[in-house]
Amino acid sequence: MRNLFNFILRHYFFFLFVLIQVICLLLIIQNHTHQRSFFVNSSNRIAGSIYKVHSNITQYFALKKVNEQLSEENNLLWSMIPGSYLKTDQNIFTFRDTLHQRQFSFINARVINNNVRNRNNYLTLDKGRLHGVRPDMGVVTSEGVIGIVKDVSANFSSVISLLHSEMQISAKIQKNDHLGTIIWEGFNPTMVTMLYIPPHVELEKGDTIVTSGFSHIFPEAIAIGVIGDFEVRRGDNFFTLDVELFTDFNNLKYVQVVKNIFSRELHELEILSRTRR
Amino acid sequence: MEFNFLKYTGRFILILGIQVVILNQIYLGGFITPYFYPLFILLLPFDTKGYNLLLVAFIVGLTMDMFSDSLGMHASATVLMAFMRPFIIQLISVKTDFEQGTEPRMGIMGSGWIFMYTIILIFIHHLSLFMLEIFRFTEFGQTLLRTLLSTIASVALIMLAHLLLSNPRKSRAI
Repeated sequence: MRNLFNFILRHYFFFLFVLIQVICLLLIIQNHTHQRSFFVNSSNRIAGSIYKVHSNITQYFALKKVNEQLSEENNLLWSMIPGSYLKTDQNIFTFRDTLHQRQFSFINARVINNNVRNRNNYLTLDKGRLHGVRPDMGVVTSEGVIGIVKDVSANFSSVISLLHSEMQISAKIQKNDHLGTIIWEGFNPTMVTMLYIPPHVELEKGDTIVTSGFSHIFPEAIAIGVIGDFEVRRGDNFFTLDVELFTDFNNLKYVQVVKNIFSRELHELEILSRTRR
Repeated sequence: MEFNFLKYTGRFILILGIQVVILNQIYLGGFITPYFYPLFILLLPFDTKGYNLLLVAFIVGLTMDMFSDSLGMHASATVLMAFMRPFIIQLISVKTDFEQGTEPRMGIMGSGWIFMYTIILIFIHHLSLFMLEIFRFTEFGQTLLRTLLSTIASVALIMLAHLLLSNPRKSRAI
């Protein structure tokens, strides 16, 4: 026993190295598999406030573009309010509509840290638990899907970007509703890949890809991008589509966090049907 | 005291600050991701005790992880780099006994030595970091390309920092 201790003491450099590496690997694996409740991430107070100061300074340089985006979005919304519609049928009117219930509500947030350079990218937002953000909520802009909330602290939240190796989003082709999965293969932050479109489907360059709405995280028909190119890769039975993103991930300023009001109900139902089987 | 605590804390904040506030925000195409912060480990004195070396590397890496949401990855890569450091120093230097507290600087070791030392350790760091980041072997070619290009960018930055440090008037500042 004493010899063993002596041996370890003499080669402590190596053993300490192995010990630290094991700790690191455990952290990485835990980070890959679980929702982190651990404090070492960019939604904690120190990192969050540093990023916030940084973004407070840099946001002024983007004001022009943000304003243009907002006014475009305003135009779209104005065109949707009842006053913009001409009533052609005077017999139908809406009074306390019970047929339509709101399923999604949105929380406005500012991006205070963003990255597109890594294989796995994350964003940090300046809204947190106090503002109603919870893990697993979707994040979108008027231009398209951004990501999914991973961790939340009191005032900040960190978001897995669409540009992440483990991100998968259920999507469909707008014109014929064929379902596929969106992933990111790395390197090009303007392009994602869509998989699992059967080869009999007729595709054209420029077809729009939107979210399918089957995941309860994103509303249906949020834009993602347009088809740039498609092919059946060798040894594959499905089309692989290159999708050009509408969103410029390198230049994100304001985003909306999507809150699904029925998410708990849907979740409970799905767990129920899974356990009954 | 072996560690001049205040000096190293200041250097820690400066180097990590440059990394987080400036470099992390710059986008140079999908392949190139320069990392400047390993300089902190590279600049530790030759006679730094083994446990100090590893623990400092762990803390530096963990701080980077905190800012880039990659829990454990930077820590693991930085600790691996710190672990390899004594062996690399033995491998490439002729003389291995230094005065107490000597740091691997350009003025002392010469630019050729510093370049070899930096490029080997940075390559180890980047390769392990990018491998951990993707966490699978299928994209090995891409990972290697990323490693090579990023190593060039990082080494260039670190050599630049060494050049600035080798100015005798400024060498006290960091």
